[in-house]
Amino acid sequence: MAPMPVRVQTEDFDLGQELDALRAGRTDIGALVSFTGLVRDTGDGTLADMTLEHYPGMTERALGQIFADASKRWDLQAGLIIHRYGTLKPGDQIMMVAAASKHRQNAFEAASFMMDFLKSRAPFWKKERGADGSVWVDAREQDEAARDRW
Amino acid sequence: MTLQLLYFAWVRERIGVAGESIETKAGTVAELVEELRTKEERYGAAFSDLSAIRVAIDQDLADFDAALGNAREVAFFPPMTGG
Repeated sequence: MAPMPVRVQTEDFDLGQELDALRAGRTDIGALVSFTGLVRDTGDGTLADMTLEHYPGMTERALGQIFADASKRWDLQAGLIIHRYGTLKPGDQIMMVAAASKHRQNAFEAASFMMDFLKSRAPFWKKERGADGSVWVDAREQDEAARDRW
Repeated sequence: MTLQLLYFAWVRERIGVAGESIETKAGTVAELVEELRTKEERYGAAFSDLSAIRVAIDQDLADFDAALGNAREVAFFPPMTGG
């Protein structure tokens, strides 16, 4: 089996370049869907930064498993998951998923599925540093619910 | 058996170390947690509410009643917040 198209890294990524590389030389892809997650300020402009911690080893396995599960469910021509860790600033890119298929529905659904599983099955934890100190971001119940719909 | 324990996020902060190697006869994750709890106060603080803790055995998510079997690595952490 080909290596899972999964990358866990501290450095930023270029979404355009990644998508170009995904479809380079391919004529069998009719639809390419991508999602990018960004560091969002808490609303009052006080977020200094966000630090992502992860579980090296398990993270790569979990992301690979999520991609493999999506590939089993939908007919995908290609895909990619990139997730960053370390300290990021508001507006920075955190992660991306991309799904390429012959037709748009598979690509949309597979990208959405990967995101829903990534939220609560990929071992990442976020700590936000703001005006009142640092707090760990709680998991949201709606993320569990979003996963259960699949 | 010798187990490598790993802690992440606030579990790591409460226990005060990212990981440690321990000798245990615990048969399940729950027994291991009980053993740790009685060891020192900081473990009690980390494991006070198990509904807020997730566990992985050899990098696969597991339940608290899961058998440790030939496990080598057990990790404890809060619910994950990827994406």
